[in-house]
This record gives sequence, C-alpha cells and structure tokens, in this order.
Amino acid sequence: MGKRFTCHKIAEGAAEGEVIRSKDEIMFYLVDPDTGVVLEKAHDLEGRSIAGKIIVFPGGKGSSVVQSDGLYQLITKNNGPKAMIIQYPETVLVAGAIIMEIPTVDQLEPDFYAAVKDGDRIRVDADNGYVEILSA
Amino acid sequence: MRLTSQQQDMLAGKHGKGCSLAMKVLVGIGETFNAPRMVPITRAHVALSNQDADIWFAEKMVAGGAHCKVPPTVNPGFCLAYFTEKNRVSKADAACMQRTHDAYKALGAVLSYNCTPYLGSNIPFFKEVVAFSESSATPFVNAVWGARTNRESAQSALCAAITGCVPEYGLLLDEKRYGDILVEVHADMKSHFQYQLLGYMGKKIGPGIPVFVGLGGYVSPEALMNLCAELNTSGAYGMFHIVGVTPEAPTLQDAFGHKQPARTVVITDQDLDDVLHREISDPGDTQIDFALFGCPHCTLAQVKELLSYVDGRKLSVPLWIMTSAFTLDAARKMGLLQALQRVGGDIVPDTCSDQPCWHFLKDRTGVTDSPKLAYYPRKRGLRFVVRDMQTCVEAAVQGAVK
Repeated sequence: MGKRFTCHKIAEGAAEGEVIRSKDEIMFYLVDPDTGVVLEKAHDLEGRSIAGKIIVFPGGKGSSVVQSDGLYQLITKNNGPKAMIIQYPETVLVAGAIIMEIPTVDQLEPDFYAAVKDGDRIRVDADNGYVEILSA
Repeated sequence: MRLTSQQQDMLAGKHGKGCSLAMKVLVGIGETFNAPRMVPITRAHVALSNQDADIWFAEKMVAGGAHCKVPPTVNPGFCLAYFTEKNRVSKADAACMQRTHDAYKALGAVLSYNCTPYLGSNIPFFKEVVAFSESSATPFVNAVWGARTNRESAQSALCAAITGCVPEYGLLLDEKRYGDILVEVHADMKSHFQYQLLGYMGKKIGPGIPVFVGLGGYVSPEALMNLCAELNTSGAYGMFHIVGVTPEAPTLQDAFGHKQPARTVVITDQDLDDVLHREISDPGDTQIDFALFGCPHCTLAQVKELLSYVDGRKLSVPLWIMTSAFTLDAARKMGLLQALQRVGGDIVPDTCSDQPCWHFLKDRTGVTDSPKLAYYPRKRGLRFVVRDMQTCVEAAVQGAVK
C-alpha cells in the first residue's frame, strides 16, 4: 500500500491516475478541449496536456462563466481531468466541480505537497477523505 | 448543514427537479466551506454566456420546472437583431442565442444582457446579501457597494436565484471580509487604463483580499470597473479594499480588521509596463484591422471620452463599442451614436466580445483598451494589441498602432 494522506471532500467520487502539478492557478477555458493542452500564455503548464490526469494545483481563477464552460467542453470530449486536488477552494471552481461531477478535494497536509511529483500514480477518494500515492 | 423544512422540501424535489438540483449544488458548496445554514438573498446577477455549458444547465433547469424566486439580471450574449441583420452569424450560432434567450426567459430572469449591473440595473444596498456572478460584478458589489456575495459562478448564482438562498460562508461574514495583503501602488495611476493593468497583477498579488494604498482620493467608476474585471481575469478575487475610498476601509486598520497584513506587495510603473508587454498585449508597430471596446460594457462617459479622441476624423478601420441597451438608447438621444456612425464606428448593445458573432474577425489584429477582452477571445483566434483608449482610437484613425 502506498502512502496515504487525509483530505476534505469538495465534489464526490474517486479516481486513479497520473499527477500533473501546476504552480499557477488554472482557467479551464484556456485549455484546448480537443487535446487538453493548456493554451494560456506564460502559464506553468503552457503546452502540456491535463487530459485524463489528476491535477494538483492552487485553485481556479478567472471568469465566473467560462471556467465552467471550459470544464464542460473538456469533459464532453473526454479530455477533462480525472480528479482535482486544490489548495484554495473558491466558489466558481467548486460549483463547476460539483455540477460536472469531477472528484475534487482540498486540505492536504504540507507532507503531501513535499512528496507528490509530476507523473506519480495516485488515488483520490473524495468520499472516504484520502489521497494515496500508489507509485512514485 | 442545517436546512429549514422548506429548504429540505426543495432538496427532496417537492418544488420540482430543477429546484432540487439547485439546492443540491448549493448544499455541496455549503459543505465545502463548512456553512452552518442557508440565508435568503434579495438580488442576483447571473453571468449568462450563451456557451454550451450555460445552455445545457439553463435548459436542464427549465426542463426541471425551475423558476427564479429572485429574478436575476443577466450578462450579454450577442444581439441577435444586430448581427443577423448584418449577416455576421451562422444559422447554428443564431439558434444557440435564441435557445439561451428562451431558457432565461422561461426561468423568469430580467433580460438586461449587460455585464455592469452594479452601475445601473441591479445595485445592491450596503450589507445586502446577494448572489452575483460575473468577473467585475462580484468584487464591485462587495468592495464598492459594501453588499455581500461570494464569488458565485454563473451556475451557482442561477441556483441561488431559483431557490432564493445561499450558503452562509466566506464574504457573507464580517470576519472574512478583512484584507490580508497590503498592495502599495507606487505607479502613476493617471487614467482608467492603469487600473486595467493593476487588476492584471493577480500573479504578483497572490490569493487573498488585497488592500490598495496609494490610489489617491477619487477613483472613477470606470477605473473601479476595470480593476474589478482584471482582478478576476488574472486571479480570483471576490473582495478588495481601497483605503480612503471603499466603504469598509476608512483607515488601514479597518481594512485589515486591526491585524497585520500577511504580506506586502509593491506595484511600480515598471510592473504595469512589464505585464502589458509580456502577458497581455501582442506586439505593437503593426497594421490593425479593427478596434473593439466595451469589456466590461462601456459607460456613457467612456462613449463620450472615445468620441473626444476621434474628434470628427474618419476612421481607417471598423470600430465597435459594446454597451448596454440603456446606454445605447441614451447615446442615440444625445447624438453620440450618430456622431460615431458618421466616422465609421458603431455602438452594439447586449453583446460580449467572447461570442461567435465576432468570428468574422478571426486571424485579424485589433486594438482594445481591455486586457480581459484580449484574453478570452484568444481561443477564437482574435489577436489584440492592448493600449490606452486614446492610443487605440488614434490607431483606428491611422490604421496602425505603435
């Protein structure tokens, strides 16, 4: 069994997948729905794909409208994130995660952020309140 | 969360499926933020967008029999009459806008199609509890009017309008409204354009509630509107204070709730210049194809300001100002619309820059004074050089921008 960390549920569900970390907040509208590649100029993830990944990032930013549309477009094209782990929940992203049914959690300990790396396989279980690093 | 029996009935579906879904979303948000209960709202603004997720969710609510208990004002999509008459939209895009219109009409919304309700159609009172989505609207009603809303998404604001309540957390509570970041502005804030750039400093300011000092004694509505819009383009800000200007910040101590700021950020002219050239604007020294203003919707004062820069000269490229139907009506009565049309410009009501009606400008380069306007339509292939309004108007006259 990998190392487990407790967390707090935002949107229900569970998922397993590969981690992609972003130092910057994310605006999902500026992610290409056909590829999952981040389009935003000067963004930490510019040119990289979030499709099918578990994103570890500070939180959402930007428009109260197109954030949800960005997530909706990604999900209807099967290029959405599998789960989201955030540090600073804000209502726009929280509402989007609940409505679009993307497992989402917050309140991970600093230990988790020290341990988790790009490419790690992890499991996010929002319903049971834990995140597990399966393989580094 | 503790729900009243009426709220429990809503959640259980006794008021229809739409109302039940709305309550489920609000309870989910409330549980995320540990809200103890729901509180009633008396106003709402829904950031309608005429985009797929917006139509999907609004129609789902209509199909579920939902109707707004608190009729919300709504954001612009695009003006069907204007763009179909000019043959600028496909049948499919026109059909989408019609569906959006029909859905919000069925939900009982106020069809204001304007993104600056806080300057006209929907102004809350001090301490009034409301649910406002839309980038510039949320911080404006919190910071400038002293009303209370969280940074609602278009969907959560619609859920609040339908149920008439919101979970009580965050910016609804006195102690969560104090600032925690001191932002010392050393830049020369000479016009409302500098406030666009200041708002775009979200990466440098970081998450929290900024308290601005150094902005002088009077900040115009246009400057505040721009600051609000750009804060929520570069970041996610529901609230800020300007010491000596906004009502909850008569002094620095009041703004911080008599606590020390968590950090201090200094903004200089160099910072504003860097963010403009590195992150916001395409390179200058180029021919341009058009000029577009009104993100957020221009005020009547901005329409007049723009015309003063035109000064009766013929424009080399098309120029559009987006605004509310109300401002357009006043501009027509005042002869401003006719003056702009004579030189080759126009005023467009009910319309947002991030809409399919502008697809005829794909792969062209325009000028605008709004970083937000340049940011979102990037996805639609529109390119922008961003400059202050006077430089943009000069570019529209000359056909090229410095």
